[in-house]
Formats: sequence, C-alpha cells, structure tokens
Amino acid sequence: MRAVSRLFFVVVLLAVVVMSAAGCAAPQQAGGPKVVKVLAMQQAGPTPEEMNAIVAKFNESSPDVKVEIEYVSYDALHDKIVTAMATNPPSYDVVLVDDIWYAEFVKNGYLWDVTDKIDQNTKQEVFSTAWDITSVNGRIYGMPWLLDQKYFYYNTEILEKAGVDVPQTWEDLIEASRKIKEMGLVEYPIVWSWAQAEAAICDFVALLYGNGGSFVDSNGNPTFNNEKGVQVVEWMVKTVDEGLSNPASISYVEEDVRNVFSQGKAAFALNWLYMYDLAALNPDESQVVGKVGLGLVPAFKGSGVPSATINGSMGFSVIDKSPNREAAWEYVKFLTSEPIQKEYSAHLLPVWSGNYEGQALEELKSLNESNPVTVPAFSAQIVYSHVRPKVPFYPEFSKALQLALQEALTKQKSPAQALNDAAAKWNELASK
Amino acid sequence: MSIPAVKPKPMTLTQQRLRDGFWLLFPGLLVIFGITLFPIIYTFVLSFTETPISNPTPQGFIGIRNYLYFLTNSVFWAAIRRTLYFTIVSVGVELILGMGLALLIHARPFGWQFLRTSLIIPWAIPTIVNGAMWRWIYNADYGALNGLLFQLGMIDRYRAWLSEPVAAMNLVIVADIWHSVPFIALILQAALATIPRELEEAAAVDGANVWQRFWNIRFPLLQPAILVALVIRTVEAFRVFDIIYVITQGGPAFGTVTISYLTYLESFSYGRLGGGAALSFLISAFTLVMALLYIQLLYREDLR
Amino acid sequence: MKTSRQLGSKALYFLLTLVALLVIYAPIAWLFLASISTRADLLATPPRWIPEHPTLKNYLDILVPGTAVSEVARTFKITLGNSLLVALTTTAISLVIGSLAAYALARLRLPFRNTVFFGVLSVRMIPEISLVIPLYIIAARLSILNKPIVLILTYLSFALPFTIWMLTTFFETVPEELEDAALIDGSSRLNTLFRVVIPVAAPGIISTALFTFLLAWDEFFFALIFTSTVAAKTVPVAIAEFTGRYAVDITAMMTGGILAALPPVLLALIFQRFIVSGLSAGAVKG
Repeated sequence: MRAVSRLFFVVVLLAVVVMSAAGCAAPQQAGGPKVVKVLAMQQAGPTPEEMNAIVAKFNESSPDVKVEIEYVSYDALHDKIVTAMATNPPSYDVVLVDDIWYAEFVKNGYLWDVTDKIDQNTKQEVFSTAWDITSVNGRIYGMPWLLDQKYFYYNTEILEKAGVDVPQTWEDLIEASRKIKEMGLVEYPIVWSWAQAEAAICDFVALLYGNGGSFVDSNGNPTFNNEKGVQVVEWMVKTVDEGLSNPASISYVEEDVRNVFSQGKAAFALNWLYMYDLAALNPDESQVVGKVGLGLVPAFKGSGVPSATINGSMGFSVIDKSPNREAAWEYVKFLTSEPIQKEYSAHLLPVWSGNYEGQALEELKSLNESNPVTVPAFSAQIVYSHVRPKVPFYPEFSKALQLALQEALTKQKSPAQALNDAAAKWNELASK
Repeated sequence: MSIPAVKPKPMTLTQQRLRDGFWLLFPGLLVIFGITLFPIIYTFVLSFTETPISNPTPQGFIGIRNYLYFLTNSVFWAAIRRTLYFTIVSVGVELILGMGLALLIHARPFGWQFLRTSLIIPWAIPTIVNGAMWRWIYNADYGALNGLLFQLGMIDRYRAWLSEPVAAMNLVIVADIWHSVPFIALILQAALATIPRELEEAAAVDGANVWQRFWNIRFPLLQPAILVALVIRTVEAFRVFDIIYVITQGGPAFGTVTISYLTYLESFSYGRLGGGAALSFLISAFTLVMALLYIQLLYREDLR
Repeated sequence: MKTSRQLGSKALYFLLTLVALLVIYAPIAWLFLASISTRADLLATPPRWIPEHPTLKNYLDILVPGTAVSEVARTFKITLGNSLLVALTTTAISLVIGSLAAYALARLRLPFRNTVFFGVLSVRMIPEISLVIPLYIIAARLSILNKPIVLILTYLSFALPFTIWMLTTFFETVPEELEDAALIDGSSRLNTLFRVVIPVAAPGIISTALFTFLLAWDEFFFALIFTSTVAAKTVPVAIAEFTGRYAVDITAMMTGGILAALPPVLLALIFQRFIVSGLSAGAVKG
C-alpha cells in the first residue's frame, strides 16, 4: 500500500539521517584544558570529600588538565567500565579496577601498559605483593590502591577464659577451638564466609597457600585440585562436622562473619580490614569492643610458610585508548604518590613500604584510633598475601569453583570430585 | 486485515484522511523508530558476528554460528526452562489469585473498598524497592521469613533460602507474584463489574450454584479481560530481569539465570556482544510468537 | 436456612478479605519497620517484630541536609528530584505525541492501522539489555550521557508504544456522533481532537498518564548504565548503591525504599478511580 510504504520510508529515512548525524558527530573541545574523567568507587578508602579534595589539588597544580571524578557502587563498577569501553573516545580515562578483573580487561585491551613508565624507585618502594594486583603476565597495568587482605581476628576475652594462646597454625587453632567448645564458651568457635560467592574463594586461597599449595603451576595448569587442595577442603568439611566451624558459614559472606563475630558468637574469624574499626571500636555496631585481637593468619604445619592470606586489593588504571592518557597517568601518579597517601592514610593504608618504617611508621600509627593495631598487622601480613589467578576467564571460572566448594561443603560431592570438576572447567575455559 | 471494507469514498476525502493520518502518526513513529531502529538493526547485524565489547564495531562475521551455539548449548536451554518455569508459575498463580481477589471484591464483603484500594500499593511500589524489600525478608539471619517460620515451628533451624537454587527461584517468583497480582485482580474486577447484574441474578433464581454461575456466566464474559491480562503478564514475565538482578544476581549456581539474565551475562560479564545479540533475537522471536498467538485469540474474540 | 448460609458466606468473605489485607500489608510493614529501626534492632535474633528503639534517624539522615553519613544518603533527595523530572517529562511528551497517534489509529480508519499498531507494540518485544550498548554508544557521541535528556529519550521509546496502545483504546470508546457533529460544523481534525475527544476521554488519559509515570519511575537498568552522577542519577540507581562492596546499609536502603515508593504510591492512590477505569477499558475493549 502506497500510504504504508510512504510513511515507513519517510520515517526510516529520517531515523537514518538522525543516527548518522549522531554517529558522525564527535564533538571535541578545540582548545582548553584536557579533561580526564575518573571512575571510582564509593566506600573505597578515602571518603568522596577527600577524593574530591585530592582532585582539586591536582587541578590546581596542573592548569592544563582538568580531572572530573564519578563514584559508583562496587556492583555497578564492572559493568560501567565495560560499557564505557564501547565508546570512542571512552567515557572514562581512569578507572578503579578490582584485582579479579585485571586479566579480563588486559586481554580485551582496555588498559594501558605502564610498565615502562614506572621508575625504579617506585618499583622498589611499593610492596612487591601490591604489584601482583596490577600485573598481568609480567607487565604492569596500573598503580595499586586500597590494599586489602583478610586478617586473622580473635576474641581476646574468650581466649583468655579458655587459657589458650593466639594460635599460629591451623592445627593449634583446632586444638584451641576444641577447648573453647568444651568449656561452653562459644557454641561454634570459628566462623567463615563460605557462601557460594567470591568470599568462599578468598578463604580457600588463604587455606590453600597456607597448606603450601597453589592455584596453578608454572605452565598455567591447575594445581588447586592436587592433594594439597583436596586436603584443605577435607579439613574445611571436618571442622564443620566436628562443630568447630559454624555450619551457617556455608551461606555467609563477609558481613555475616562480621555480625557473628561482633556479637561475641565466635572466637576466630577471617575478614578484611573494614571489620576492625566496626568490631573493635564501635559500640553501636559491636558487643565486643575492646576485645578484638588482630594477628597473622595461621598456616598448616609443614607447609613451609608462617602465614598465608588472600590479597584482595584494587588498582587505578589508565584506559589504553584514552586520548588524554598521558595526562591521566599523571593524575594516577599524583593520587598514589607517597605524600598524598600519607596525608590521607586515616582511611587508606599507603602502598609505600617506606611509610611503615621509622618515623613515618610512628606518624602513621598515630593518625587514628585503629592504626596502632592495623598498621603493624598490615605490614606484617602483606608479605604473605596471595592474589587469585590472573586469567581472563576468571569470572566464569570463579563461579565454577564457588559451586565446587559449596558442593563439597554440603556433601553433594567428595572434595576431590568437586575440585576435579572445577579444574575440568578451568581447562575448558583455558582452551577457548 | 480485519477492518471492514470501506465503501469507496470520493478520492479527496480518503486522501485527506491518509494525509491527516500520516501527520498525526509521524511524531510518534519518529520517536519510537528513530530511537530503537538503529539499535535493533545494529543488534541484528552484531548477532552474526564475533564482536567484543571493547571494540563494538561489527567484525568477525561468522554467520549463524552464534545462533547455533546457543541452540545446542545446555546453558541456554536451562535458562529457557527456568524462564518458562518462572513464567508459567508466576502467571498461573497470579491468574488464580487475581481471579479469586476479583471475585472476592465483587462480592462486596465488608471492607471491599479498602481492599481494592490497598491492592494498588504493591503494584505501585517500584521494582527495585520490591526486590530490596523481599531480599531483606529472605535474609538468612535476620529476615522475617526465617523468623516467622521458626516461631511458627515450621522449621527448626534458620535456612539460607537464597543460597538454595530451587528455593531461590520460587522465592523470587513469590516476590514477583506479590507485586503483579494486583494488576490482574484489578483488571478482572473491572471486567466483572461490567457484567449485568440481571444475568447473574437470573441464574441464581434459576437455581444455579456458585460454581455453575462462575463457569457458565462469568468466565465466558471475562475471557477478553483474562486474555489481555495474560498477554501482558506473559510477555513481561518472559523478559524478567530487574528483579533477578536485585535479589539473586542470577545465583545461586545459576539457579535464577533467566534468558534475559543470560543475555546480560553474555554481553556484560563475558564481553561477547555477538552472542548477546543472538540471544536477544532468540528471545524476541519467542516473545513475538507468543504475543502474536495471544493477539490472534484476542482479536478473533473481538470480531464476533 | 438461607439466612444462615448467607451469614456464613459473609463471614467467610470477610475472613478472606482480612487474609488478603494481611498478605498485602505484612511485607510493607516489615519494610517500614526496618526504616525506623536502629542497626541493633535490625540484627536481633529472634527478630524483634516491633523495634525496641524506634527512631526517625534514618529519615533525617536522608532528608535533612548536613546530617548524612554516606554520600548516597546525602544525595538521595537530588535523585528523587531527577526521577521526578524524568518521569514527568516523559509522561507529558508521551501524552502529547501519543494522543496524536492514538487519534489517527482510533478514528481515521486508516487501511494500515493494524500493521502500525502491532508494529509499534512489537518494539516492546526486544529485551532492553540488547538495546543498551548501541544506545550507550549513540548517547556518548551526542554527549548526553549523565543528563536527564538521555533517560527521557530512552524511556519515550518504550513508553510511547504503551501510551499509544492505551490511548487508542480509550479514544475508540468516545461516541463517534460527538465528533461527527463537530466535523460537520467545520472543525478541523486537530481541533476536534482537542475540543471534543480529549475532554470526553479525560479519565482514560489520566489513567494512561499514571501508568506512564509509573513505568518511567520504575525503570532501573538503563538508568544504572547511563547515569552515575547526581546530575541525572535516578532513585532506583541510588537505592542499588546502598549495597557496598561487602556491607549492605539495610536501614538506609529500606528508608530509601519507602521514600522512593511514596510518589508513585501516592499518585496511584489519588488517581485510583482512573486506574480502574483504565483497566476496565482495556479489559472490555481489549
């Protein structure tokens, strides 16, 4: 029908015209300062006010660069970065990247390789385990930020009543737990975050390396399902069977661990740094204020290491196809520079090892109420922290391993079977 | 077409109608197709390629391999099964409960006006608030569900409902039902109200009991309304995404990954735009067929 | 005998009504109670059905400037304003454009009416996920990301088919004689639309406006991807942001939830008359 086709034709034509105009238009400011757009996260170290203050300082000192910063929640961060990559020029020049996304982003070419832009001094002064976060295949793709690891928390009052020392090995911890349970001090002495979520992998990493195991060998083949890995999972199941580990751990994430520990219903727990402030110092949030101890995460006897934990930090990276990447890198360097980090270390522990020695250490410790405890704990633990495997298929693999751990813990599969299935998934993903 | 043939009018008037129609429709069609046509075409082209999200210009033409991959992939069919389960259970229960509520209101018991007004509230609450609310109710340690069931003695230990795949899916369905039943109930109630009372009274006088009154009088007259409600809700349920994103994020163990969520995973989490695009068209085809089937049913009624 | 049966059924219906009301209000009550609880009350086991220390602190945190602890809470009011702007604008434009199109489809007996009608509806079949990336690219090119206009345009694209559908149904119920009378008197089509059809179909238009407003207010995913600053962030995004990396700020989230639900619920209650008429028109006419 002529009317239909005429109508449709005009509409389509107009639509095409509009879209082409949109497609071809690439408005860029002729002159003026270069704009560097930063995507960061809320609740990531310094408060937004502090982050904005840092931005203001940088803008002042570099008149030809203007930094603009946006904050999103953690859940949205990955998707926003990925969507931003679809545009040209990209919507952001600097992004905050979580440890487990680095391999994926590097493989897809999002991030700028800055290995050669980092001078020797910086290389040495920043903790080597911090570089693990932002390195993929030996190249560095950003500055580490928000160094976080799981610490070993214990309830000093319960330990005292039970008359046990702070355990240094997992075996000692089991002994202590048995005693605590026998004395009726706490029904389930240990609480974990073994829900079918990333949190379980974090605990698994700590235990695996604490048993002298590892995720992959030097050829990239999975080793987490070898005997050391299986031992770890069998141990996990046993502690639940014996009633030493809280059985609800199988559905807990970090917040649940914090709640249970803060109510005095656990003697031992692993958790990130954020729990310390809330559990040890905040009477609105905790019933165990003043009774919280922080120690090195134990390891298994005969593993050859005194401690092992998970390194779950983030990093600031520059987008490879950003038109202003030099300026962007300048900002990243500024943000993570030693003086700035020192100034704002009330909420963010610096990545520079120099800050943890001598005079600097004393200043750091005095900055707020928790630092006297957390700062030494941090610098002691950081050398024994391990990252999760840096492979581009990590998100998909992680889901498989989460499932495997859950199946082993709920006795649907034997630990060996579950881990082998996860390893099979790894091989399948690696071969794509 | 189902429009009755128009007697040939003088040319000028018809042309006038067509011209008027053209200009009246023009802004609406421009906005709708102007905004969606390019994305639809773009997605269509993408579905035959292997394009990563980092470089979204269509590239790596691979023909129908994306489609074949999904049609032979167990993850895809599992998602379809889950989506069908969600749709059938959701819509089915909503229909039954909605019908019940409509009949209840129609019977005008004490407080029926308050009930009808109250029904609006769950429906008007935004999806994300609904999701957040139910997620808190299902919370393993502090949620109302565990508290209630435990105090009623129906469970002896708190359970992490959202960590059990089967339970999680059904609980998401419950959240969706609570949110959507009012819509169906109000449609049906409005339709019920248009049935002439004389019909019902006559039937009652003739000795028909409640069931007979329902099946022989009300149900046939309600069919158009039921179909409308069914079409809308079925298409919506098949495309469900927001509530899954808020409550379970596809977990546990992919237990609540519906077909829309799978598309999200393909495009955003795994960065495979080509695959995501193919999935989108598979879903669209499915919903289009469903909607067309329903609409045929609907408009065949109308013509009678 | 008949009377006691009647009494019995009346009692039964009343009981069912009570049950229905309980099911409707229980979750909402739980939501509300969470919003007036302190964290300690919230985390009590067994759950305290009535908080021991009810407080309005959560609301104050969000509504009173300068008291909020978290960035999200402080900017919540702004996101409410953004949502209002986007929803109202979308509704207004939708109604105007939609009325024109609906009139054409309802009255002009156009030969291709059904094709257009179904074509417009079928746009709704495409899942939103797939439209996000291309729309994001275009929006970036046009530099309209993070501005309310990008959401308005996006929402228009899926609100319009819905509006057109509803308005067409309503216009079809307006008696033709009224319009014919006006046309014979020399009024143009457009004039007739404004002077005759719209006033008569006013209740239907109001209900369409309400549905459209709710649709726009409710939308989550596009807002999440297209906006991230207070310049354009809407309320659903803000609520999602109460979920931190490890911790969920439950009291704030529930409070935000209540505040986010208030405008649509209030509007729906005020205009409930029209909801019923809107749904009945849809039901009767299909």
